[in-house]
Amino acid sequence: MGAAFFPVLFFTALWGAVGIGMPIMTPKGPHQNLIRCILMLTAACCWLFWLCCYMAQMNPLIGPKLKRDVVAMIGRSWDMKIVDG
Amino acid sequence: MGSLFRSEEMALCQLFLQSEAAYACVSELGELGLVQFRDLNPDVNAFQRKFVNEVRRCDEMERKLRYLEKEIKKDGIPMLDTGESPEAPQPREMIDLEATFEKLENELREVNQNAEALKRNFLELTELKHILRKTQVFFDESVPTVYQSSVPRSSNKYRRLLQMADNQNEDEQAQLLGEEAVRASQPGQNLKLGFVAGVILRERLPAFERMLWRACRGNVFLRQAMIETPLEDPTNGDQVHKSVFIIFFQGDQLKTRVKKICEGFRATLYPCPEAPADRREMAMGVMTRIEDLNTVLGQTQDHRHRVLVAAAKNLKNWFVKVRKIKAIYHTLNLFNLDVTQKCLIAECWVPLLDIETIQLALRRGTERSGSSVPPILNRMQTFENPPTYNRTNKFTKAFQALIDAYGVASYREMNPAPYTIITFPFLFAVMFGDLGHGAIMALFGLWMIRKEKGLAAQKTDNEIWNIFFGGRYIIFLMGVFSMYTGMIYNDIFSKSLNIFGSHWQMSYNKSTVMENKYLQLSPKEDYEGSPYPFGMDPIWQVAGSNKIIFHNAYKMKISIIFGVIHMVFGVVMSWHNHTYFRNRISLIYEFIPQLMFLLLLFFYMVLLMFIKWIKFAATNEKPYSEACAPSILITFIDMVLFNTPKPAPSGCGVYMFWGQHFVQVLFVLLALGCIPIMLFAKPMLIMQARKLANEEVQPIAGASSDAETGGVSNGGPHGGGGPHEEEEEMSEIFIHQSIHTIEYVLGSVSHTASYLRLWALSLAHAQLAEVLWTMVLSIGLKQEGWFGGVILTCVFGFWAILTVGILVLMEGLSAFLHTLRLHWVEFQSKFYKGQGYAFQPFSFDAIIENGSAAVEE
Repeated sequence: MGAAFFPVLFFTALWGAVGIGMPIMTPKGPHQNLIRCILMLTAACCWLFWLCCYMAQMNPLIGPKLKRDVVAMIGRSWDMKIVDG
Repeated sequence: MGSLFRSEEMALCQLFLQSEAAYACVSELGELGLVQFRDLNPDVNAFQRKFVNEVRRCDEMERKLRYLEKEIKKDGIPMLDTGESPEAPQPREMIDLEATFEKLENELREVNQNAEALKRNFLELTELKHILRKTQVFFDESVPTVYQSSVPRSSNKYRRLLQMADNQNEDEQAQLLGEEAVRASQPGQNLKLGFVAGVILRERLPAFERMLWRACRGNVFLRQAMIETPLEDPTNGDQVHKSVFIIFFQGDQLKTRVKKICEGFRATLYPCPEAPADRREMAMGVMTRIEDLNTVLGQTQDHRHRVLVAAAKNLKNWFVKVRKIKAIYHTLNLFNLDVTQKCLIAECWVPLLDIETIQLALRRGTERSGSSVPPILNRMQTFENPPTYNRTNKFTKAFQALIDAYGVASYREMNPAPYTIITFPFLFAVMFGDLGHGAIMALFGLWMIRKEKGLAAQKTDNEIWNIFFGGRYIIFLMGVFSMYTGMIYNDIFSKSLNIFGSHWQMSYNKSTVMENKYLQLSPKEDYEGSPYPFGMDPIWQVAGSNKIIFHNAYKMKISIIFGVIHMVFGVVMSWHNHTYFRNRISLIYEFIPQLMFLLLLFFYMVLLMFIKWIKFAATNEKPYSEACAPSILITFIDMVLFNTPKPAPSGCGVYMFWGQHFVQVLFVLLALGCIPIMLFAKPMLIMQARKLANEEVQPIAGASSDAETGGVSNGGPHGGGGPHEEEEEMSEIFIHQSIHTIEYVLGSVSHTASYLRLWALSLAHAQLAEVLWTMVLSIGLKQEGWFGGVILTCVFGFWAILTVGILVLMEGLSAFLHTLRLHWVEFQSKFYKGQGYAFQPFSFDAIIENGSAAVEE
């Protein structure tokens, strides 16, 4: 398992709040059920979409294949020094 | 109340209205717009109905108003549109309105007639003015040419010509004939030339000239000159170009012929005095008359303008009033007359929840009319299918329209619209995922929503704009969701954001980098162990050579995952339908096998995807290392076809988990077992029930309906069905069921594949955006110096236009259509019948809106 604890918890909690917490708090009114339905569907879709992306990268089977100049550029700008030698 | 999940409950009501109060009551109901009246005299001709006379009067009034409107528009006077809707006037006020319109129309017609006569007069005078001016030129210039041509000839003729020139006043025309004519003329014979002058349309002139030449055998002489300024045609106000002509001829015979030809070519002839002095005098006269006429014309126009300005203030108001009266009488024509002629009987569909409001409105109407007898609203029993009425607001309206475009829901069926509000923009966004493009779309939608009132007020005929504006909430949501999916895809105009720092590390030294053109990071050593927390790792965006491979694997999987979940959701919706309509047979023998079939085959495939993501990793030992990861698709095909899987590479297992083979065989067998249940169970049970019912109630003929229809299809306790339902033959039920089953089984395969369009469109969108970046914008970014700035500005403009035009508009449209298809076919086919008919209440607002739209066409 290559999942980190914090991001999973954070995003699950975030979308859980939208999908479970907010529907509980929706004010009474003619559209209460509609608003609940909208919130729950939004949360479900967005959470699952995030989860799929997360899990697809969790245990990569291949690594990115980079061009030489891209490697050089990454080394310069992404704070990954290319060692001399 | 007002929930969108099912259509409103409707009731068929009978309405008894006092004759005197009927008008006021219907007017109140029209303002309310919650009642749909049924035609109670369908076989009565439209011309034989009771209030046909009133309707005709309204038509006449409307015609007059349209005439006024046309005249007002012609003069470009702004019409006052307060947007308020005055109440329908009392029937007795109709006479006042009629009188007002009659007076206005007559006045306007009179003014127009006068103006036209004056204009005609004016045109004639102007033409005459031009004739006099031009003919003067003809006569003037003809003299010297004759001189010149004849000077070298014999002195005799010269003298004669001179004499004639002196004698100009008497017969100028003789010179025009030139020397041959002079030679030909015998002394003593009276050489008197006649001429006519007139005006003709310029385009008719060549044909006219040819005709003259042929008909008179070349014996006439025609001079012509163009009138430079175009003249106004009084009949239709067009600007026309005309020419002045003058024809010389000899003898009466030719004269009649010439006149006839002129008549044939619609040339207007004008008297033109022969003597120059007379001509001059006439010209003076004409000028003064033109001036007089101009002042009169101006006054006429002023009067017309005043009349129209006064009318323009009230025009919209009048239109509304007349349309309301007309609509009321139209509705009253649908009513039945009671035998005593004292009251009118109407039948109408009303939403059950609004009966109170309707009764209040009826009471108001009665009070207004001063009638003492209250109207009676009576609920009726019916076997007919009530209309489908979904109460929408400005937000849900567009989504409901998307559903209704496919088919109006059957009465009280589950309405997919509330779920579509989110699933539609979301599935769209899966295809359109790009933070930048999504932001453009969301901002456009937001702008329309913020300026809603102003934009709605300026009604336009532009159909494309109306579509965009009608769908503003959809556009906004599609934009917002596209931004979210764009962030997950980590795409912003085809570039990535590196917010959290890539979770891949490079540990190369300089020589490795210099020696290798391509370097592939190892998922074992260079990967940090946990993924980029939100969305795609930015390193994939720069991994030019295998980015697509990785993205494809990911996007294909999410397409199937979301597709299968979407379909399962659809099947679950059918459960709501079956329980609501108390359709036990369908619930057990349709819903359960359908759900099983979908879960056991396709949801299992989804589970395999998650198992593969979790179990196989580059860091694992052999049976679960990256080289051993099996293809989900091949596994699935092998499973369904009962194939023995190909032997795995050494050290790897064929299966992902223990007992997989057994589970797969079991699942496929169970799924296949569901098919005969779907196919035969329901018809068999119906057949059995019918037999039983027939045996039980044999003695009483025709009383068997309840027991049968109770179970059959959508009959149930909520009306629906109708008496004809039981007549459906057994063979038909079997055929129907087999079609339904085959459709479902084959459909679930093809529909699952159909969801792959999510992947395809998303890939296409990302690739197009990238091509646009590398082929267009990067050219501008590579130039240096001030010149580079200039180039970049141009290139950026070009790139921006292509981005909005192709990527946002066209790709957006295509993604929209694909999403629509996914909802209509893949989702709704699981539960939605869509065989209802829409509730069309009698509402003034709708009538007036349609009326004004029809006029503007």
